[in-house]
Amino acid sequence: MKKSFKLDEIDCANCARELQDELTQLEGVKSVSVNFMTQKLTLEAEDNEFEEVLDRVVEFTAEAEPDCEIIL
Amino acid sequence: MATADPKKKKKKRRKKESLEHKRNRILVALAVFVAVYALDELGVLERAFGNPGDVYASFMLFLVPFVIAGHDVLKKAWNNIRHGKAFDESFLMAVATLGAFAMVFFPDTDPHMAEGAAVMLFYQVGELFQAYAVGKSRKSISSMMDIAPDYANIEDAEGNLKQVDPNEVACGSIIVIKPGERVPIDGTIVEGATQLDTAALTGESIPRHAETGAEVVSGCINMTGLIKVKTTKPFGESTVSRILELVENASEKKARTENFITRFARIYTPAVTGAAALLAVGGGIVTGAWPDWILRGLTFLVVSCPCALVISVPLSFFGGIGGASKIGVLVKGSNYLEALAEVDTVVFDKTGTLTRGTFSVAEIHPENGYTESSLLEMAALAESFSDHPIAQSVRAAYTGELDSKRIANSGNDSGHGVFATIDGKKVIVGNAKMLAKAGFTAPDCEIAGTILHVLVDTTYAGHIVIADTVKDDAKQTISDLHAAGVRRCVMLTGDREEVAAAVSRELCLDEYHAQLLPGDKVERVEKLLASEGAKHKLAFVGDGINDAPVLTRADVGIAMGAMGSDAAIEAADIVLMDDKPSNIARAMRIARKTMGIVWQNIVFALSVKLLILALAALGIANMWLAVFGDVGVAIIAILNAMRAMNVKGA
Repeated sequence: MKKSFKLDEIDCANCARELQDELTQLEGVKSVSVNFMTQKLTLEAEDNEFEEVLDRVVEFTAEAEPDCEIIL
Repeated sequence: MATADPKKKKKKRRKKESLEHKRNRILVALAVFVAVYALDELGVLERAFGNPGDVYASFMLFLVPFVIAGHDVLKKAWNNIRHGKAFDESFLMAVATLGAFAMVFFPDTDPHMAEGAAVMLFYQVGELFQAYAVGKSRKSISSMMDIAPDYANIEDAEGNLKQVDPNEVACGSIIVIKPGERVPIDGTIVEGATQLDTAALTGESIPRHAETGAEVVSGCINMTGLIKVKTTKPFGESTVSRILELVENASEKKARTENFITRFARIYTPAVTGAAALLAVGGGIVTGAWPDWILRGLTFLVVSCPCALVISVPLSFFGGIGGASKIGVLVKGSNYLEALAEVDTVVFDKTGTLTRGTFSVAEIHPENGYTESSLLEMAALAESFSDHPIAQSVRAAYTGELDSKRIANSGNDSGHGVFATIDGKKVIVGNAKMLAKAGFTAPDCEIAGTILHVLVDTTYAGHIVIADTVKDDAKQTISDLHAAGVRRCVMLTGDREEVAAAVSRELCLDEYHAQLLPGDKVERVEKLLASEGAKHKLAFVGDGINDAPVLTRADVGIAMGAMGSDAAIEAADIVLMDDKPSNIARAMRIARKTMGIVWQNIVFALSVKLLILALAALGIANMWLAVFGDVGVAIIAILNAMRAMNVKGA
């Protein structure tokens, strides 16, 4: 399953790139992209564990980029 | 998240600082800074605190604007250290500026507190500008793509109009579109007639007439009359939704240049930081002038963020793709825009691409006592019951009444022609083979096209030439493409040799291949691909309906006339909403311009940074210059990137 979420807001392009690199390494993440221009996060993971993986992504983002919120 | 305490989570979500607030904060810091600087320079501090007391006084005073302007940067830096992220921009800025302040502990060097505070200020001003510029470009791109209507009008039982969310309109419902409104959902007109402005979709400014029975495409603006439309698709699958999705997702498909920048950014920061440490320690050990070398190292840190590149390259692509969509060219990924800029061979499918794809009667040559109109009448009657495009074009050319009572025993000989008994006479309309079967030798005609011979009983009544005409802007397109550096323009067609040759001559094509079966086209494109240089790309242009395999095989598959055709949008890499080939040349100019901007930014940002690094290592560049190398370059690159959106000249 692949789903996009709006970001509010990631304010530096390099941070977006770093965040993407880090999120990619989270368990269960098949692919993830953090798009600075469109302020969107696209996450791909297996259907049955999507919610879990999403939680992990949200939690990690809140830790690493406290200014950036994933709007669910 | 299930384990996290919701209260704790809420606490973390503090309100983000608005741009205005940040701006005001920086202005205050700037005022304080100027005041302190003046006091320091005018010697007020020295008189009040004596020497060296004044150094410590100014240290404390300069800390005030520093903290006002930079406390968020320091906080972010601290946060990053806790998470083990050392190479973050705010961390580097914090180290560089705090380092400058720390110079106070080397009393025998010049104090650098002013520099530390100023660098933080300057950095924040730059960040602010950057946020404005990015916000503005994001806004102008999204307003450019603001073609999605927010409501649809539905008529209720009493005939009152009600505005509803287009998402809630079921397929097959009747919606009402008033003049001035945007068509929200694809459908067919069931009542009314109007002029439609398709500019938002196709870039074409001439309005299109539409009346009952005509298909309307979402995103067009209804200009003159009220129409009722029966929707044929749900909102999510309508043209406008698909286009928006496509353009939004286009930036996900990264161009080679972008990937290069990403990889580069990954190593650049650690490399520069490492060099900074080496410079400071190495220089210190060798010369013993520690403060000087540490300062040089700190200056290195300031330019170690690759932000200018990381922002401006995707922004340029985003702008280029957005700009192209404004003229009705949908590019499905940054990589395709990049590839389009490198195209040196363009392969065209003939029918529907270079030619109109509709057949029309080009010439009528009556013989043996028949007139043009009587010959056409016979042919039209004989072709009355055929759905073949050729039959349709013959009927379209005949202006009189077609009385079906006059026709008996009609039928067709698939691929060769039709026969019928008209007014008791046996009429055969067909190609030379059909005539030969009837025992006649058809005369040759020197005009290229499909030739329909007409035989009435045993008399040869003459022939009608049916031809596909070349599009008005086809010739201009070919010469524009040549001018833009395309080496070969090739045409592929299933049509006969003579027809292909005639079109090729008329359009000044470099190469053509005729009489190809659909499978042959793939093979032909493979051959052309094999003869391409490694750095050059091949684009294939087709109508997107029958040539999906070729579209996917080519480096860049371009489908045209795709408005409303899902299959074409699916198969192609670049989609031209209308069917004007001249848009190919325009798209190519946009692609070239975008790539030009991308490279300008890369070269500019890198050379400025390298120059500053070199100067800093030599001790010539100070921190002021370094901050320019960071945020100044980023702002210039962003402004340059925004040019990609402007497609007026293309």
